[in-house]
This record gives sequence, structure tokens and C-alpha cells, in this order.
Amino acid sequence: MTARPDPAAAITFDSVTKTFPGSRQPAVAPLDLEVPSGEIVVLIGPSGCGKTTTLRMVNRLIEPTAGSIAIGGVDVRRQPATELRRGIGYVIQQVGLFPHRTIAQNVATLPRMLGWDKARIGARVDELVELVGLEQGMLDRYPAELSGGQQQRVGVARALAADPPVLLMDEPFGAVDPIVRGRLQYELLALQERVRKTIVLVTHDIDEAITVGDRIAVLNTGGVLEQYGSPDDLLAHPANEFVEAFLGAERSLKRLTLAKVSDLELSGGPVVPADATPTEAREVMDREASNWVGVVRGDRFLGWVPREALDGQGTIGEIEAAPPAALVRPASSLREALEVIMNSRSSVAVVADGERFGGVVTLEKIRAGLEA
Amino acid sequence: MEVFGDVLSWFNDRANWRGPSGVAVRLAEHVQVSLAAIVVAMVVALPVAIWLGHKRRFGTLAVNISNIGRALPSFAILAVGSQILGTREVPVIMTTTTFVALVALAIPPLVTNAYVGMAEVPAEVRDAARGMGQSDRQVLFGVELPLAVPLIMAGVRTSAVQVVATATIAAVVGGGGLGRYIIDGFAVQDHVRVVAGAVLVAVLSLATEVTLSGVQRLVTPAGLRASRRTPRIADVSPVDPALQAA
Amino acid sequence: MTFWGPRGWALGVVNTERWLWWEWVRTHPDDILRALREHVVFTVVAVVGGLVLSAPLAFAGTRRPRLRGAILGLAGAVYTIPSLALFAILVPVFGLQRITVILPLVGYTLLILVRNIIAGLDGVSPSLKEAADGMGFTPLARLLRVELPLALPAIIAGVRIATVTTIGLTTIAAIAGLGGLGQLIVVGLNRPMRTAVTVGAVLSVALAVLADLGLGGLQRALTPWARRER
Repeated sequence: MTARPDPAAAITFDSVTKTFPGSRQPAVAPLDLEVPSGEIVVLIGPSGCGKTTTLRMVNRLIEPTAGSIAIGGVDVRRQPATELRRGIGYVIQQVGLFPHRTIAQNVATLPRMLGWDKARIGARVDELVELVGLEQGMLDRYPAELSGGQQQRVGVARALAADPPVLLMDEPFGAVDPIVRGRLQYELLALQERVRKTIVLVTHDIDEAITVGDRIAVLNTGGVLEQYGSPDDLLAHPANEFVEAFLGAERSLKRLTLAKVSDLELSGGPVVPADATPTEAREVMDREASNWVGVVRGDRFLGWVPREALDGQGTIGEIEAAPPAALVRPASSLREALEVIMNSRSSVAVVADGERFGGVVTLEKIRAGLEA
Repeated sequence: MEVFGDVLSWFNDRANWRGPSGVAVRLAEHVQVSLAAIVVAMVVALPVAIWLGHKRRFGTLAVNISNIGRALPSFAILAVGSQILGTREVPVIMTTTTFVALVALAIPPLVTNAYVGMAEVPAEVRDAARGMGQSDRQVLFGVELPLAVPLIMAGVRTSAVQVVATATIAAVVGGGGLGRYIIDGFAVQDHVRVVAGAVLVAVLSLATEVTLSGVQRLVTPAGLRASRRTPRIADVSPVDPALQAA
Repeated sequence: MTFWGPRGWALGVVNTERWLWWEWVRTHPDDILRALREHVVFTVVAVVGGLVLSAPLAFAGTRRPRLRGAILGLAGAVYTIPSLALFAILVPVFGLQRITVILPLVGYTLLILVRNIIAGLDGVSPSLKEAADGMGFTPLARLLRVELPLALPAIIAGVRIATVTTIGLTTIAAIAGLGGLGQLIVVGLNRPMRTAVTVGAVLSVALAVLADLGLGGLQRALTPWARRER
């Protein structure tokens, strides 16, 4: 299984339009979109925004009225629809497992159709079952004997069976309960780390889009693309009122979850080197409006020194320092940083990557980061 | 093939329409016994089946009685019945054997359809009625029965068509009816009479079906008609009320 | 097709009133077996012929709703005509031939089979068809490997009803002199010979029950996925 994206798997929408017969308004307005290879792109929007139609045009379950779609630069109409579809994974909300076939047979559907030999199919099925986190014992069962979440995993395994470079997912987690949904989203991300497919995923759940999407395309009624960018991009700079309304009222909170401590400007703050004089330390404290100052030697954080402890003698490194009450890692989310700071009853947390000092986070820096 | 031309002349011969063995009398005999049988079957079967459906009791039996009825060939029932009850002719009901057999064959579709019609009234509809404080009686007569009427009528229709068909065969064990033309015609190798009788029977059956479909449509509550319930074609459960041997 | 020989009647004592007189059964094995064989042949040919005709009609019906209405309406009209009337009308056309029995019997199976095949195919969830399309099934492969297997329970249920119904209707064919187990009953009534009536009636009921049970077993054997529900 390759962990590097297939360079030939980028999907390009070129002025794609779809108008259904008997309808005057187009379901999808001329749409230009580039889905980069190996990324998860989420199509989101209200019902009637043409997100599912857009998805289904990729594997030609719906044919566009005008424009073209290419995978790896090759127009999807270059080969017969059925052959095209065998090279694209497809996962739908209702899963659509064949109830008259066992789990193993379901997963093996496409390899069998492609004429793989038995040994190869068996090996592939085992590999997939492990990949999506199912048990071997389930292979001989029928779909009706599995829970909704298990069925969804089988659906993903079946879609990946022939190792297609592209995976289309239409509200894949829409039919399972919120707890299972959260777990499946996490599993999808872990899976993506290993398989690096080009994934187009349709959802109406903005939190899901923010969680799983490398990029999000927000569509408006009639298939108008309102904004296309990374989740953080959208949350920080919604292109217009529609996108803003769609992202919801808790934009800053969502960004808090999304943004990492490492995204902030970490240098500066109430920190001095160990060879600084008390006078220098007092200046820094005054500048930062702080009654404490952090002491750093090299890339080690020694501790906090309070204003009262400064006696005007020697260097600051000679004063006994209190250990940091709040510690975060660069990979922590801003939300975690906020939590840690709140719980420590201070207004600052030390960023440490293992033993290495990486700067400090203050409430002020977090607010500045969200405003950026 | 010239038989069919002769059949036309047979119908044109007014003598064949009058008299004790004329079409008018035979048709009246056929309709009489069929009507009597279906009415008696309804009186016997419907109250019980409706009550059971309301209580949702003995469902398996009520549903399977149609399957049992289907497995009993009508001719076999008539023949065996004639050996027990004899073939003495009785006014209106042709022979006792005929009447008993017709009633017996009419009952299964009536029971199954009435039971299913009552039992399949959605639980939420019944609960809503109960929740508003309706009594058991009010739920039965005000909610369940009106909703079950279309299916009950479908059962009546199925039974009636089957009774008309079986009354034809009943001529084998005596009595009148349109079947006489066919049975007697075969006995004396008079194909013209056989075909004429067959045509009359076919017309009567189709007329019965068409009339009762009309009645069924009329008694269907307007709300059910408007919502176009999923057609019963989709019903593939062991209960297939409309399908009975004719 | 009149095959009722006079033999067996010269035995002297004739117990016409007995419900089951073994002597008669013992002396008429050929007649009984022939009636049974004819009955089975009529039924099997009619149901198989009905299936061959119904399948394309039902496929057409699932694709075009208008056509479906026409097909079901026509089959329903045929179904309404009493079997004795249809046999009687066809005797002068084809004579006392097998076709005279089989044609109406096939006609009667059509309504049952077409309805059940359509119901079975309609019952296949749209999401399954979409999943199959999305995986690159051709329309024919989808029909044969997804839709038909899933419609199988409904189709076999139809075959079951059609078979049992046909067994009953075939009994009536004997009134028109066309053979089958009904012939035993007709002869029993005419002679009179009550035992023949019993044998004909019991065998036709037994045949119907056996066919029902057998096809029920077949249905369970062919659809293992329907039995194991979570």
C-alpha cells in the first residue's frame, strides 16, 4: 500500500454545468475546481446546492450538461462509464452492501469482476479488513448481522478493494449516530495517512467538513462555488455573508479547535535569558505587564521568577525559579492551550517540545492568532 | 372453427333465452346461489375476522387460512361433498353440497383480508386515537374499520369472483346455473352449447369483478385515495389476499 | 385422451359406496399413475411456461409504468375468467389436446408471477442499485447478480402460489375430458365409484401440499442471507 499520493489522481472540474431535464435553473452552475492529488476535499452546502450531483458527475452516474471533468488530466469520458467506475471507489450514506453476499464476498466484488485470482483476492480482503479495523470473524457473516458503523467500514473496504487512486464519499457517516460518526471520521483520517487517496467527500455537517477536510468547497443553491480553501482559511476569512452564516455562530471556537499552538507567534513574551540582570528582567516585566518572568538557558526553560524575588544582585539565573504550572506542546490545539492556561490560574503557558523550550503562549497571543 | 359462428346463432335464437333452461333462468340461478353464498360467508367470517384483527390475535391462522384454501381444489371439495351431502336439488341454493362448498371456499379470502386490513392499521394511528381518549369501541368503528374497508372489500371481490367460478363447476353435482350448458354440452358433445355457456360464464365473472372493483373504489375513504397508498402489488408476504384460485 | 378401460369391473363384488376400497386401487395402478403423471406434467409445463413468459413481461413492466398497468390489467382479466369456461372455449379450437389444458393454465400463472417478479425487483433498495452502478456493474450484470438474487424470495413465493393454484385448476380440466387427477373424480362420480373420488381428491390435495412445502424449502435453501438477521 502506497503512502505517497498518486500524482495522476488530481481531479479537475472545468466549467462543469448540469441542468436537469425539465428544470430551468442549473443544478450546478459552471464550476471550476481543482482537487489536488492525495487530499480530502469536502463539498458542503445547503440542500439543493448540487454537491451530490457534482460528486456523481465524477464517476458519471450523472453526465454533465457542459464542461468536462478530468482525473490526472484524462477526461473521464475517454473510457466507458462502467470501466471508469471500476477505477474509482464509491461510498454512499446507505452503504449499499449486497445483503445476499457475505462480508468477504462484498469486499471482493470488484476484484472478482476484474478477474483477480483467488489467492490475490483472499490476501487483499484480509489486508482491507485489517486496514478498516474489522475482525476476521466477520467475513462469513451477512451485512444484516453487522451494526451500522461496522457496515460503513465494510463499505469503505469494498470501495478500496481494487486500490483506486480516487475515492468518492457521499455523506458516508450520515446514517450513524454521533458517537460512531466521530470515531469513523477519526478512522478516516488515520486511514488517509496510510493510503493517501484523492478523496472527495460530500456532507452537510460543517463540523465534519472542518474535521476531515484538507480543503472545503462551500456551494450555494444552484451549484455556485462561494469559497474554496482550507478549513482555517474559511474560518478566518469567510469570503462573504453566506459562507459566514454557513460556518455558524461559533467560528472562533471552531478555529480554536483547529489551529495549533505552533501556528502562533511564539517568540517574545515575559522571558529573559539566565544571564540577564534584574534590571533587564524588570524592564521586560514592565513591558509585558507581568509580575513574573520566565528564565531560559539555551533551549531549556528553568522556571518562573516573581517580581518580589528580584534583589538587584548578580544575574537572574542565580535566583531560585518556580517550575512551570502550564505546559503545552506545539502540536496542541489552541483550545487545549486555553484550557491549560485557565486551569493554571495564570495567563501564560510554556510551550515545550519534549525538553526543548519553544516559547510561551499568552491569552493575548491566542486572541491575536484568532484575529489573524 | 365454424363453432363460433354457430355460437352467435345460438345467442340469436330467442328460444335459448326463454323457458326453464333458458339463459334468463340459468343466469338468475347462478346469481342467486352466488349471492346467497357470499352473503352467508360474509356474515359468518367478517365479524370474527374483524374482531381478531382488532385484537391482533390468531394472526398466523387468519393469514394462513388462504393458503390452506388455495391447496384445496374446488372440484375435489364439490365431489367429496356430494358424496356426503348428496345431490338433491334445493331451490335457490342449487344443492346443499354446492352451497356448503361455495360458502367454505368464500370464507378464507374474507378472513385473511379482513384480518390483515384491521391488523395493518398503523400503530401510531391507533395510539393517536387512544391518546385522544377514544374508547376501544370508538377506535374499532371510528378509526380501524374505515381504514380496513378497502382491503375487506378486496376480499369480498376475490371471494365473489371465485364463487361465481365454482358455481359453474357445481353443475357437475346437480342443480342449475350457467354451468349446466357446459356440463350438459360436453355430455352430448354439443360444442356450440358448451362455448355459449363458457362465454356467458366469462361475461358474468368479468362483470362481477368490474362491479365490485367499482364498489371497492367507492367505499375507500377519500383520504386513502388521495394519498395513493403503495399499490398492493408490492405485497409479497405469504398474505397475498387478491390471489385465490378461480 | 379418454383412457378409462372397462377392465377391473368384472370382478364380481363391486363396493361403490366405500370411501376407500383397496381392491379398486390395487386393480387400477396404471390409471392412477397416469392421472398423477398427467397432472404433474400439466402443472410443471404451465408454471415453467408461465415463468418464461412472465420474466420479460415483468422486466418490461419495471422499466415502464404504463406498460406495467396494461400487462397487469390484461393478466388480471384472464385470471378472472373461470377456468372451466376457458377450457370449454378452447376444446373446439384445439380438441382434446395438451395445449387446450396448458394454454389457460399458463394464462392463470401470468398474473401471479408477473406481480411477484415486479414486486421483487421493485423491492430492491435504490441504494443497492446505486452502489452497484458506482462500482461499475453493467446493467445486465446488475440485473443478474444484484437485483434477481434479491428478488428471488418474492419470485419463489410467486412460483409457490402459482404452482399450488395450477394444481387446483388442473383438477377442473377433467370436466372437459382433458385428463389429470380430476379424471379419477369424474369417473368416480359417473360410475359411481366413491373410492375413485377419494383417491383423486386426496392425491390432488397431497400434490398441492407437497409442492407448497417443497418450494418453501427451496426458497429457504436459495436465500441463506434472509434467515440470519441481527
